[in-house]
Amino acid sequence: MFGTDGSTQTYSGTWVIAAFWSTLRVFAGFAIAAALGIGLGIAIGWSRRFEIIVEPTLQVLRPIPPVSWIPLAIVWFGIANKPAIFLVFLGTFFPILLNTIHGVKTCDRMLIRAGAMVGGTPRQLLRHIVFPAALPDIFAGLRIGIGSAWMLTVTAEMVAVKSGLGYTLWDSYYFMRYDIVIAAMISIGLLGYGSDFLVRKVMARVLHWQHGTTLQGEQG
Amino acid sequence: MPVIEINGVCKAFRDAKRNVEVTALAGVDLAVERNQFICLLGPSGCGKSTLLNMIAGFERPTEGSVKVDGQLVTGPGADRGVVFQQPTLMPWLPVWENVAFHLLMRGGQKGAHRRTAQTFIDMVGLTGFEDHYPAELSGGMSQRVGIARALLMNPRVILMDEPFSALDEQTRMQMQGELVRLWQHHEGTVVFVTHGIDEALTLGTHVVVMSARPGKIRAVVPLDLPRPRDITSPAFNDLKRYVLEMLHVDRSNS
Ligand SMILES: Nc1ncnc2c1ncn2[C@@H]1O[C@H](COP(=O)(O)OP(=O)(O)OP(=O)(O)O)[C@@H](O)[C@H]1O
Ligand SMILES: [Mg+2]
Repeated sequence: MFGTDGSTQTYSGTWVIAAFWSTLRVFAGFAIAAALGIGLGIAIGWSRRFEIIVEPTLQVLRPIPPVSWIPLAIVWFGIANKPAIFLVFLGTFFPILLNTIHGVKTCDRMLIRAGAMVGGTPRQLLRHIVFPAALPDIFAGLRIGIGSAWMLTVTAEMVAVKSGLGYTLWDSYYFMRYDIVIAAMISIGLLGYGSDFLVRKVMARVLHWQHGTTLQGEQG
Repeated sequence: MPVIEINGVCKAFRDAKRNVEVTALAGVDLAVERNQFICLLGPSGCGKSTLLNMIAGFERPTEGSVKVDGQLVTGPGADRGVVFQQPTLMPWLPVWENVAFHLLMRGGQKGAHRRTAQTFIDMVGLTGFEDHYPAELSGGMSQRVGIARALLMNPRVILMDEPFSALDEQTRMQMQGELVRLWQHHEGTVVFVTHGIDEALTLGTHVVVMSARPGKIRAVVPLDLPRPRDITSPAFNDLKRYVLEMLHVDRSNS
């Protein structure tokens, strides 16, 4: 499919660079969101007191569309990588957080009892029972997150950054190079698919014990 | 000194939604001596699980006290092994790690833990299934993993809540035999909840008969039948008749 822009000198070399920057932003924002979302999600799901303290703030922040943060992101971080990463973080953080909270809260009470019965301290129960039990939900959040990560990277690049596939797309539009616009769109689609595939691979590895429990052992 | 001392225990559950109080237990006294095998027998809903959960430390009595080894029970602990009615195994861990969960949580050498677990896996007859996951086991096999997990801790007291109720007759009889053998070998103290009279009479050194809600102890029946027990012998049937009468007093009164 890059036969089309392979013939155009201006964009053929830049594709790799543009794809690289976009991918970097996606994974940087995603990694920060995953670390914070999972950490905070476990704390909120486990401790009622902690939940009462932070929940209101989060509930107010959540309905604000990540895109509406663009002006502030530019003011804070300038036109570079940071506003894009920040945006990706915002869009990915909440699905990961909410799924983690759900996973922790729905952890089978009997499993925790079994852990307490063999002499587990609250810390050990959290580490050896609640966390592994929440992993299927955490991965569900990560998969939603990686999807929105690509949407937000591209959005940020169209507005606040001068590199990446989103920038290429918007720039080509000004030059009326619709072939490149479409090529960029397809690239985003493929890279998004690839990222999700990667998350799914990791998930299948970590949750390998689930094979027997899903219908027909199939996993999606 | 008795291993388990239950003094004047009452338990009321408050149902916040319906705003009523359910009295599950009303004044239970029981003393269990070392090496006794107590079978708790009673109609459904009479508070057998509640009583067991209080010894395990999962529930607190509303009134009265529960002591194990002279110490007031304030929470669950590894000195009391529990075999749950449902196997409650960690689905993400293979059989041997479930059995050795008590050790793995403390850290240390995995190899050594695996060897320890192996002894107990062999003991419950699951040799060859060490690396299987719970989803790959039958109900009876999962239940045996739960028993191995409790035994590995070498607890002073083993508490079992209808552990064999989900098994077919043949597997159950086999497991009952195993359990008695293990108990005789380990010399532990066992409290075993059941609603099967034959099961109670086959296993126990004593049968504790409870009355319907609010739960109370109606009688403590010592069993001096020789082991292995013959469930068709006249002595067995005499005791069975007696225990049945004890259970029926309830029905005619309520
Ligand atoms: N967590 C709870 N909240 C409210 N009520 C409860 C709770 N647990 C038990 N009860 C009530 O206490 C009573 C005794 O329950 P328990 O589970 O101890 O009965 P059981 O003797 O084990 O019965 P079964 O043989 O059916 O298992 C029941 O009437 C039940 O409704
Ligand atoms: Mg019960």
